[in-house]
Amino acid sequence: MTERRGASVVVVGGGVTGLSSAWWLARAGVDVLVLEAGIVGWEASGRNGGGATHVYSPLGLEEQRLWPQMDALLGYPTEHMPHRIKVALSDEQLALYQTNARIADQQGFQTESLDVKALRELVPIVGDNAVGGLYLHFGGHANPQRTVQAYAWALQDLGGRIRQHMAVTGFQVAGGRVTAVLTDAGAIGADTVVLAAGPATERLAAQLGVQVPLAPSRVEMICTEPIPLMKVGGVDGNGLYGRQTRRGNLVYGGGPHEWLDEEGLQAARGARPTTPLLRSLGRRLAELFRGAAHVRIIRSWAGIVENTPDGLPIIDRLTDPVNVVLATMSSVGFGLSPASGKAISELVLHGKCRFCDLTALRLARFADTPPDWRAQLGWIPSGANL
Amino acid sequence: MTAPVDPRSIAGKIPAPERRVPLVVVGAGPAGVAAATAAARAGAQVLLLDEHPLDPELMAMDVPLFFGQRLSPAVRDRGVMLERIVKTNPALEDAVDAGVEVELGVSVWGAFQPGPTMRELPACLGVADQTRSWLIGYDRLIVAAGARDLNLGFQGWEKAGTMGAAAAFTLLTRYQACAARRMVVLGSGPLGLTVASLARARGIDVPAIVEVTPAIRGDAALHATLERQGVRFYPGHVVSAALGSRDELEGVRLAAVDAAFRPVPGRELDIACDTVCLALGLVPQVELLQVLGCRLQFRSEWGGFVPEVDADGRTSLPQVFAAGDVTGVDERAVLSSERAVAAGRRAGLAAAAALGVLAPDRAHALLRETAVPASAPEARVHDYWRQWLRATSAAATGDVLACQCEEVTRSELVGVQPPRYLGPASAPMRARNLGTLGQDGPVNPDQIKRLTRAGMGPCQGRRCREQVALLLAEAGDVPVDAIPLASYRPPVRPLPLSVLWPHDELPTMREHWVSWFGIPTQFAPHWAGDPDMTVMLDVPGGAPVE
Repeated sequence: MTERRGASVVVVGGGVTGLSSAWWLARAGVDVLVLEAGIVGWEASGRNGGGATHVYSPLGLEEQRLWPQMDALLGYPTEHMPHRIKVALSDEQLALYQTNARIADQQGFQTESLDVKALRELVPIVGDNAVGGLYLHFGGHANPQRTVQAYAWALQDLGGRIRQHMAVTGFQVAGGRVTAVLTDAGAIGADTVVLAAGPATERLAAQLGVQVPLAPSRVEMICTEPIPLMKVGGVDGNGLYGRQTRRGNLVYGGGPHEWLDEEGLQAARGARPTTPLLRSLGRRLAELFRGAAHVRIIRSWAGIVENTPDGLPIIDRLTDPVNVVLATMSSVGFGLSPASGKAISELVLHGKCRFCDLTALRLARFADTPPDWRAQLGWIPSGANL
Repeated sequence: MTAPVDPRSIAGKIPAPERRVPLVVVGAGPAGVAAATAAARAGAQVLLLDEHPLDPELMAMDVPLFFGQRLSPAVRDRGVMLERIVKTNPALEDAVDAGVEVELGVSVWGAFQPGPTMRELPACLGVADQTRSWLIGYDRLIVAAGARDLNLGFQGWEKAGTMGAAAAFTLLTRYQACAARRMVVLGSGPLGLTVASLARARGIDVPAIVEVTPAIRGDAALHATLERQGVRFYPGHVVSAALGSRDELEGVRLAAVDAAFRPVPGRELDIACDTVCLALGLVPQVELLQVLGCRLQFRSEWGGFVPEVDADGRTSLPQVFAAGDVTGVDERAVLSSERAVAAGRRAGLAAAAALGVLAPDRAHALLRETAVPASAPEARVHDYWRQWLRATSAAATGDVLACQCEEVTRSELVGVQPPRYLGPASAPMRARNLGTLGQDGPVNPDQIKRLTRAGMGPCQGRRCREQVALLLAEAGDVPVDAIPLASYRPPVRPLPLSVLWPHDELPTMREHWVSWFGIPTQFAPHWAGDPDMTVMLDVPGGAPVE
């Protein structure tokens, strides 16, 4: 007998959302296969800020419940560390964090205002330019690359399969259902399909006659040499997101993004260059942590993420074809992945998510989105140089 | 209706370069100086940059060469270093005479070329001295960055005193600031014999040259001379361990090896020394070319990944040329700069022609006069390197570090195990290894480095990149050609935040800075907003709530 090709559920996309979905399905005993064009977690899933604090999302409560258990559930390390600290360098920033605190409070999470003294005790590299901070007794951060690999390995341990270096080219549809996923290595039969292909989701959904408005862009991050570990690694502010890793590196991103056109999206499969923006990221970091101005940047990198027009995820089960669940996290997928994968697995298994209300994340909200929405929002490259 | 381009996007936010030069040449070695001189004589305006004298802080981090803590205090005297570097490079004077502008002590940490994923950028270099960084625009770029050390470790090679051959050359010649007193040289090829001669000429005792193969590889006459001078040769031997109670090297233990590069029991000897020089090979310093996106190819005879270039040094990017050792190292010609000079000159002429300052027919005539001498490098240097790798692993009594920065051992690397600071690995984690990972598809060193952390430290993988590739090839039983190049990322020199600080930052960068896209609904409670979430055609101001 030749290698088993088809699967009960075929997941298109081996990013963090697809892998988590597949892992949850495998936990439920489902025969699942993940198809990945490159290497699992290679794109934005494995190269982001690692934040795990998204309580404004309907998935947020489940995210917070699951993260502390993930190492044990997966059997592999994610480097998850609890809690966050927000550093304010201006009263305006402090006010912004108070808004954060109110959202958290509504959800039953505890926050604590930090005066400068308390802040500097927790984060000794903060300078005298800080005006205060906010301690979040929830949330946290994890290592993105280690986490995606953990999902992949945990999925395999449960009998799930992963095919890397296999690009999906289209679908075979019959009687209002997808019957097979077409790849550069032939057709792969499927009872149900999860489409979680990141920026490629728009193109693949279009092949099913489904319009998904997504705008891809390139974003950049920097990493410094390691410095002594702080009590809480999840410290950010001053327009940066990021963390101190368990090793001690300061890993931060933020600032301007570059919107990509179709040519850029295709080229980004091979090249994800960074720009001199790393100097401005470094400046922001040196402002946030004046005590770390001597620290060296040792690398920078870029990732490609996609956004919907309102910046919210789409997690939905399609009506035509009926056996496809579509998921894009609109550039904020890593931290929510324990919960998003669970939600997607429930859409596959039960037709609906049983632990939260996904109404706000339905695709139908974009039914009237005009085809030139990107131009209308200005979410396009200026083309200054080409 | 079309809105203006998203004000929070990168459009219009990268400052114009501080200055713009038609031709920038990176590296003032033989190829770079020849390129700059030829182009300037042909009428081009040329800026020649070289990072020497290096910041001693970088040298202490083994960047860009493996200096192994054998710097004499003189490296801190920038004036003296500058003087020596100019004095030992007489061709620099010719370049200045030809009209080349020369800047020494300026490192290039990034090279940027616009493309489909980076449309908002002028072609420019990111450069820095010890106090600040700035951008330099170019029309044409010649990368003549030379070669760096090939580092294959042995048990205890992390002790201060193990250094590379390129670092030894630099400290012995240009800097005249090598603090070694008694140096054991590993490798008996042209590189090893030359380093040994140079070291002896500088008053450094060289008790031994160690070679893993049964025969001495270098020039017979030089071999005989060194032997007459009292240097002992140990063919068929490997270093089984560094000696020394603390972090300083005090000697090496040698073990005889058999034809399969396994240690022969009972045949060991200790040699006292304060320095070991790894002279097994050199690696083209392609980091800027990879960052630029020039197509690279694996050519073992040239020392690994080299740019695809034509006879005039044109890379796959029409604006970028490469010349000299960065296009391939021939160890047999280690002392001769003839080929580098000719290749540099051709690249300089071709760049001048591309800039339009040199008429095509004149360029043709000049190029015809400048033939690059043929060479016959060893076909597969990596096979030789693999022999050292096998022998050092087999002879070691404990684990050998693969990556010094992150303290990852060879067995942890091949086991694809997480770093020790995460605590004891779980049972499923311990069951994973390179073999299980390989079942999912070809192994990529960038994936391995994120899992094991090998290559993720401040030296930016300079001390371990080749060793990791060889270990992956060895463990996976595949040719090293099949292992992709672990990626280089800017800044390709680890520089402090204070040096990289953008004094030229545009006000718009600050004005429109957001931590993430600035889409107002993105971080607002999804259940509290307008239930009819239609497209918002007007993005109001204000920073996002994250």
